[in-house]
Amino acid sequence: MNKLWALKKSIWVYHLCSGSCNNCDIEILDCLTPKFDLERFGILLVGSIRHADAILATGSISRKALPRIKRVYEQMPQPKLVIAVGGCACSGGIFKNAYNIVGPFDKIVPVTAYVPGCPPKPEAIIDGVVKVINSL
Amino acid sequence: MAANIFYFIVFPGFLFTAVVGLLVSWVDRKITARIQWRVGPPWYQNFVDFFKLLGKETIVPRGAGRIGFLFAPLMGLIGVTLVSLILWQMNLNPNRSFMGDVIVLIYLSILPALAIIIGGSSSANPLGAIGASREMKLILADELPFIMAIFTPLVKIGSLKVGSIITYQLNHGMMFTHHLSSVIALVVAFLCMQAKLTLVPFDIPEAEQEIMAGPYIEYSGPLLALFKLTRAMMLFAMPVFLITIFLGGMQFNGWASGWSVVKYLVILILIILLKNTNPRLRIDQALKFFWLRMFPLSCIGFVLALLGL
Repeated sequence: MNKLWALKKSIWVYHLCSGSCNNCDIEILDCLTPKFDLERFGILLVGSIRHADAILATGSISRKALPRIKRVYEQMPQPKLVIAVGGCACSGGIFKNAYNIVGPFDKIVPVTAYVPGCPPKPEAIIDGVVKVINSL
Repeated sequence: MAANIFYFIVFPGFLFTAVVGLLVSWVDRKITARIQWRVGPPWYQNFVDFFKLLGKETIVPRGAGRIGFLFAPLMGLIGVTLVSLILWQMNLNPNRSFMGDVIVLIYLSILPALAIIIGGSSSANPLGAIGASREMKLILADELPFIMAIFTPLVKIGSLKVGSIITYQLNHGMMFTHHLSSVIALVVAFLCMQAKLTLVPFDIPEAEQEIMAGPYIEYSGPLLALFKLTRAMMLFAMPVFLITIFLGGMQFNGWASGWSVVKYLVILILIILLKNTNPRLRIDQALKFFWLRMFPLSCIGFVLALLGL
């Protein structure tokens, strides 16, 4: 049996918005509504980073958000996963060369999975989480 | 000695209460999901959550009071284990009761709340401190009517033993169906229990949307798992407490065992429905509710019990 078998069935996610336009955030919340119901896979949205197993990260990182993101990532207990949701989080999107953008998420913290799209559909986000679970 | 250790660790103490507690919190999650028109998690979800948290890293934040932070979850767990142990021993054999055991039960049932206060205030987090102070106010609010309500049937039969109230109900029928004072007291005790379990109309200390997780905010890994387990065990032990005092206790011979389970499930489903159909109160509203509404009501019940109703 894999050491991480319990983690696969119970991933608690922390929603980290770092300068996104709130479009991806609304799609993330959509995953938790009755239509998609992520709780049946044991996925819960938690309010505190200390309880989380995965960060759902949205938005291209602005200079203001950078130290906070590093801090939040360091505060998270091991084992930790980061899922970049949306075009901005994956690659910078349309803000790629803007003066106040530090860069996509994988420049700052190690990213486990990328979910592209502007915004990605809830099905795509669920698919991303499933791929992370299968890769464990 | 060996028998006592077995009672404490396996049945009806820690293991039994923990397994049943995690199962009934699954019932809570499943019914909540069905009410919201969702599918809900599978039956083993809470066990998986517990084992996953055991495997995670424990972080003690800088500036936290180490001893209080590390020992608070253990204290709450021991408190609720003892409550469940004493209650089940008496339900299985009423002769085991000792003088004043109901006072011991009331004291022990405060331990989980004290653990939350100690843990929250030693976690060096402002939101944790807010949660701890709210928990403190909530205890001050619900403890007074709760104790009045628990003592009402005991005043009626004139004894401070849980065992004697169980045997009285075996001979004369449930307190709840035969005495007006106990009807009032059960309503008050039920609402106070909702506050003791910190479920939704009174989940002010951990209020997810405003102070994240309140006192639990800095807890991670095994310590958080112990807190979650304590909450699950409370969800099992507190309704059993009310059933023992007001609804004739839990008997396990023949048909009576099914009846005991039905009594527990009815109370559990009432708790879940109350949780899912109400908004959260503010702390001042909860204080007013308990002191100005519930306390006079429990006083009326107490006086009725003194008059013999």
